Order: sequence, then C-alpha cells, then structure tokens
Amino acid sequence: MSVSQLAELLKQNEEQILDKWLSAQRAAGIRFDLIDERNVQDNSRDLLKAVIMALAQDADDFDAPAWKPLKAQLERLSRTQARQGFSASETATFVFSLKEPLFELIQNQSQYDNRVDLVWLVNKLVDKLGLFSVEYYMAGREAVIREQQESLLELSTPVVQLWDGVLAVPLIGALDSNRTQIVMESLLQKIVETESDIAIIDITGVPTVDTMVAQHLLKTITAAKLMGARCIISGIRPQIAATIVHLGVELGDVVTKSSLADAFKLSLKELNVRLVGNAR
Amino acid sequence: MVDRIPILKMGKYLLLSIQVDMHDQLALDLQEDLTEQIVRHRAKGVLIDISSLEIVDSFIGRMLSHIANVSRILDAKVIVVGMQPAVAITLVELGLSLEGIATALNIEKGMRWLENSVNEDEIAGEPESDEDTDAPSETGN
Repeated sequence: MSVSQLAELLKQNEEQILDKWLSAQRAAGIRFDLIDERNVQDNSRDLLKAVIMALAQDADDFDAPAWKPLKAQLERLSRTQARQGFSASETATFVFSLKEPLFELIQNQSQYDNRVDLVWLVNKLVDKLGLFSVEYYMAGREAVIREQQESLLELSTPVVQLWDGVLAVPLIGALDSNRTQIVMESLLQKIVETESDIAIIDITGVPTVDTMVAQHLLKTITAAKLMGARCIISGIRPQIAATIVHLGVELGDVVTKSSLADAFKLSLKELNVRLVGNAR
Repeated sequence: MVDRIPILKMGKYLLLSIQVDMHDQLALDLQEDLTEQIVRHRAKGVLIDISSLEIVDSFIGRMLSHIANVSRILDAKVIVVGMQPAVAITLVELGLSLEGIATALNIEKGMRWLENSVNEDEIAGEPESDEDTDAPSETGN
C-alpha cells in the first residue's frame, strides 16, 4: 500500500526532509521583512508533522476526516499570511517547495519498485495542499477587503451640522444603492437628533449620476420631506446637470443650487438668520 | 385593547396622537371620528402626531392621504409631525410620498406651521367680511 509506505518513509526521514524543505524555501526566497526564521521553521515543522499524521491514518481521499487538522493548520497559516501582506505566489511557494525534497527522498529509495506510484502520490498531495493554501489565502484577502469596504462606508458618509437647523451631507465618490441607503439612514437619524429643518446634499464629489443614483437621491429627499425637513441639492456640475436632463430624470420641486455656499445662504434666509459683517 | 384614538380639541385645531399600532379597523374608525369632529368643532387645522408609530404599511400610508384629502375638503389643514426615519424610509420604498400633506419634525414646529397658514388664510379673507371697520382700529394701535 503506497500511502502507508509513504507515511513510513516520511516518518523515518522527517528531520532530513525538514532541512531540505527549509533550504528549498530559502532558495525560493523568504520574506524576512514579514516573517522571521524561527516562525518559518515552526510552521514548516508543524505542517510536515500534520502531513505525516494524516498519511499514517492511511487516508487516500483528501476529504477524509484524517486530513482535517492539516487543512485547519493550512487555513490558519494562509489567512495570516494574507493579512501580513504576503503575495499569493509566496504563500503557494511555501507549500510547493516541499515537492523537491520529497521527490529526492523517493528517488534515493532504490529498494522500492513502485517509486513512480509514490512520486505520483506526493505530486497529487502537494498540489492539493498548494491549491488549498491559495484558496484560503484568497478567502483571507477577501475578508480583508470586505472589512475595508465596511469601514470605508462608515467613513465616507458624514452628516455635519452647519448651523442650528441646517445639516449638510457632502457626498464624495461613486454612489451605489448600498451607500445611499446608509446616507439616507444617517441623514434621517441626524435630522431627528438635531431637529433640523433643512438638509443640504452636496454632490460636488460624485463623479457620475445615472438614473439609479438620481432615483436614490430623490428617495432620500422624499423621506426627509416626510419627516418634515427640506432638502437642497448643491454642487451639481455642468456635465451632471446635462446628464440629468438627458436621462429625463424629474427632479420635481427639489431646490438645487450650484454651490454649497449658495445653498447655505438660502437656508439661512429661510431660517430668518441674517449675517452682519463688522464695520471696520 | 384600545378601540378609539382620542382626538383632542385645542382652540381652532384638533390634535391626535397615534401611539398604538394601527390596525385596519382602528384606522377606519379614526377617519370617521375625525371627519365628524372637524365638522362639529369647525376646526381649521388638524395635527397628527405619529412619533410613536414604528410600524407602517401601505394601508396606513393611504389612510393618512385619505384623511388629508377629506380634511382639505372640509377646509381644515392637516400636518403630520414626528415621523420616524424608519417609517419615512418604508413609505418611500412603498412608493407613497404622501403628496400634498404637510410635515414637520415635531409638534412645536407643526403647531407653528398650522397657526401661520390658518392666520394667512384669515387675513386674506378678512377685507371681504368686515370691510372698513378694521382699518381705523389698526391705524389707532
């Protein structure tokens, strides 16, 4: 049975394989700015032990429970590497560099006549491990991206109070339905908190407006109106104005102003506030 | 179980505060009561406070529109105050923008709006009813 044979072989030559594996990794290049020698050694030793353990249970099928601890270890390792900033190929190289020492070991066992089988088995095994590590690496990366997206969403939708009863929402970056939903919620919440009569939505920083975005903006404005606050849109750039007209979006009786300053002036006027400059 | 929503009279205005979850029968009763009271008290304005209303459906949205329309015919202005953000979002998503209903953030602002708009109407209507009698008294003051 080639699996148990391989397990036996690996167990006997564990130290030797580990040494060769480490030197293979070194030859491929270790990112010493991200990880130190000791960690590499520990990781390699743990992984090799897990491989031997799994093989010793005579599990040919990679989905068998015997491979669970190994997979878990690989997952942890790849995820950490994804977070630490390793590239995908660096993570995969860690596993793939195990091939060379194993092939070498089998080559030297002239007493076995099924060496081709063993090589094939090792090949299959290491490839699987490599694929798994890349997969976990991607999952780790995606988790990082998701987290960043979430924090970006929170950061990018501030609602600021300009005056007693005047709120402003400076929108920056592309608007999608997710983001508009958050803008809508935080704006309405703030309207309740500050009892503001007027909200200025400034879209100077919005690169493009399509029908969806316009629809979302109108929804926000309608919701604010239902609560008893008025909305002013400011900062519509010429191209965007042209697009809105071209698309046939009906802005209805929504007040629009070219700049935030104009919108602010209008809201002060509606609140019966007059600014008086000091005479010198 | 509440079977009626109380309608309070305050001067020329009617006040009603919806503080329980509206079910359909309650809404229908309310419509009936309100129209009756508007006529009986010759109310000029109706203020509906929905700050405690957390759940809303298309029926309630339509009911608000209906109340507003009926009241307008009976010469009473309607203002809805204190709508919660979640309720506003729901109504918008349902496509009910409550066209033609005035809204305000709280009772205070709603009351001020009612007084202003009712007063405007009365001032506009005054010269017809008492023509010259008013003019001297105003200059005198």
